[in-house]
Amino acid sequence: MLTLDLFVNAIVAGILLGGFLAAVSLGISIVFGYLDIVNIAHPAFVVLGSYAVYILNSTFGIDPLLAGIAMAAPFYLLGILIYRFYYAFFERHGAESLRGLVFFFGILFLVEVGLNITYGVDYRMVNAFYLGKSIEIGLVGIPYRLLIPFVAGVAMIFIVYLYLSKTFYGMAIQGVAQDSLAARLMGADPIKIKSVAFGMGMATASVAGALLIMISPIEPSMGREYIGRVFAIAVLGGMGSVVGTLVAAVLLGIAESLTSTFYSPSMAPAVSFGILLLVLAIRPSGIFGR
Amino acid sequence: MNGLRVRAVRLGKYFLCAIAIVAFTVPAVHAQKPLKIGFSMALTGPLAQAGKGALLAMQIWAKDVNDGGGLLGRPVELVYYDDQTKGANVPLIYAKLLDIDKVDFIVSGYGTNITAPAMPLVIDREMVFISLFATAVNQHFNYPYYFQIMPAGPNPVVDWSAGFFEVAARQNPKPKTVALLAADAEFAQNAVDGARENALKHGFEIVYDQSYQMGIPDFTPIVRAIKARKPDIVYVMSYPPGSVGFVRAAKEVRLEPKIIGGSMVGLQYTSIQMNLGPTLNGIFNYWFWAPEPTLNFPGIEAFLKKYQAEAPKQNLDPLGYYLPPFAYAYLQVLQQAIEATKSTDQKTVGEYIRQAEFETVVGKVKFGPNGEWARSRMLFVQLQGIESHEMVEFTKPGKMRVIYPEKFRSGELIYPFPGWQ
Repeated sequence: MLTLDLFVNAIVAGILLGGFLAAVSLGISIVFGYLDIVNIAHPAFVVLGSYAVYILNSTFGIDPLLAGIAMAAPFYLLGILIYRFYYAFFERHGAESLRGLVFFFGILFLVEVGLNITYGVDYRMVNAFYLGKSIEIGLVGIPYRLLIPFVAGVAMIFIVYLYLSKTFYGMAIQGVAQDSLAARLMGADPIKIKSVAFGMGMATASVAGALLIMISPIEPSMGREYIGRVFAIAVLGGMGSVVGTLVAAVLLGIAESLTSTFYSPSMAPAVSFGILLLVLAIRPSGIFGR
Repeated sequence: MNGLRVRAVRLGKYFLCAIAIVAFTVPAVHAQKPLKIGFSMALTGPLAQAGKGALLAMQIWAKDVNDGGGLLGRPVELVYYDDQTKGANVPLIYAKLLDIDKVDFIVSGYGTNITAPAMPLVIDREMVFISLFATAVNQHFNYPYYFQIMPAGPNPVVDWSAGFFEVAARQNPKPKTVALLAADAEFAQNAVDGARENALKHGFEIVYDQSYQMGIPDFTPIVRAIKARKPDIVYVMSYPPGSVGFVRAAKEVRLEPKIIGGSMVGLQYTSIQMNLGPTLNGIFNYWFWAPEPTLNFPGIEAFLKKYQAEAPKQNLDPLGYYLPPFAYAYLQVLQQAIEATKSTDQKTVGEYIRQAEFETVVGKVKFGPNGEWARSRMLFVQLQGIESHEMVEFTKPGKMRVIYPEKFRSGELIYPFPGWQ
């Protein structure tokens, strides 16, 4: 049943979903792409961000998005701590990133169990005056529940892109990613720079957590459902490409939305991963990979 | 020195007296070897929310029994392990319970996916096995001592949704078309098979019949696809995040058929009810228990009072209407069978459960030949008159009107669906 109305709405829904998925994947893209750290715990950190937002929203009535932004600073510091620990026990000894995977698996379980013990396993949601409302523009209906995560996700990606390409520290992160030894010979401190990059990845998890809890109820183990999707987006976009992350997320969002609307919702993830395989066959380094 | 010795002797006497007093005043029940009941439970993982609530209910039951003198004069002890909501962990847990912990009885954890993997071991050891909300697990085994507490009826796949479509078929003007949407998981797929059969039985035309993968963040494209088919009835089989996602998307897209609801798990949870509030009005969905006068079974109020006093401390569903009463009830069944037979012999107890009727906090329970309830008692309620997001809203009668079955009916279906609020 192909109608213009359905088609346009499916495309718009896909784009909105893509903005949200890009926000969730951005931390992976930075940490995996620039630091070669397989931070499989990132989706768990996103859920941790959701809980932080939930507490601020339910206790103080703070808007979820503002709460997510406010929590970005503590998350940044937490990220620096985690990286320092990872560096001291893995990276410094020349351990391969695959061994670091075990470390982050452990962190993932710690975060889940910690949330489980502290807040229980009940589903948590937030309240905001705009959730549940939508705007109509011609044929298209846009729920604020998706529009705000999209706008916030794209804005966050834009800010991170500007930071990485225009600031000294941003360019230093790229320099360390390309050749850590050369950066050290230039007088840079790769560990400090990597700490900043990891902290930045964690800070994005806080904002992404706010977007997640606006879209869906959360519970401690929910991050697992996003592990495959976020890594697929990071790889599809091209390792370390922030713009690529957004493009890949929107591409997969549109593919999933069109499949759900016109074919079968159960096939949507298969179509997404099919696209991933196809793109990697043609461009092994991803859409924007170098 | 002498004074010290006198004081020591006096203290010794007091100590002996204290031991004697304790020995005479503590009920004899604690001197007996405990009667152990073993099970796995989802204490982590996707079903942990329900699993922990069930565990609390079971602990309340154990305390109630022990306060009343135990079972056959023996204190009851629950032995349990976290199955992490993973079926793969279940066979090992039950092997440990039987071979190492030497439990006297076993019961199931929560849900179909957790119950089914225990069945080969249960059958091999010829144990009585009462399960908690498993759908049609025994249909291939036909094991005589398997029993299931969820009131889905002798043919759970079909009986699950029978009431929904029966009510739909009675409406005037009669709806004609149905859209079916189910999560890609065993329970939902079983339920959709039955829903399909019931829809066709009542002469409805199925205009949309799809599944979705669990964990999708947005239902808007699916809801739009359903809306484009203009169905009169939308029947959804989903798990909590999916149920919330679907309801929100349906409201945003203004999907407003004549009847909407079905088998959405999660709408019975207090946290979700409080968040959705008046949005829930008009949804016609399966339910297991609600504070309606027609469902005031003996013992339910006392049980809920104990549960609700403890649940907030453990961050559990504060009202506990969904699963906890049934978790209490399936142990009541075992308790009553052990008491009636005065035996812990599996065959004796199993044969008794097959033929007896049990008085529980969820009403009278009688099992059919396949271990399911002899007659379905699936409730279908319509949420009505919800005005706020406050928890107290959901503790009052009249908010979850029982429409089906007739015996427990407490209100009339508002038809057609009044639209999203």
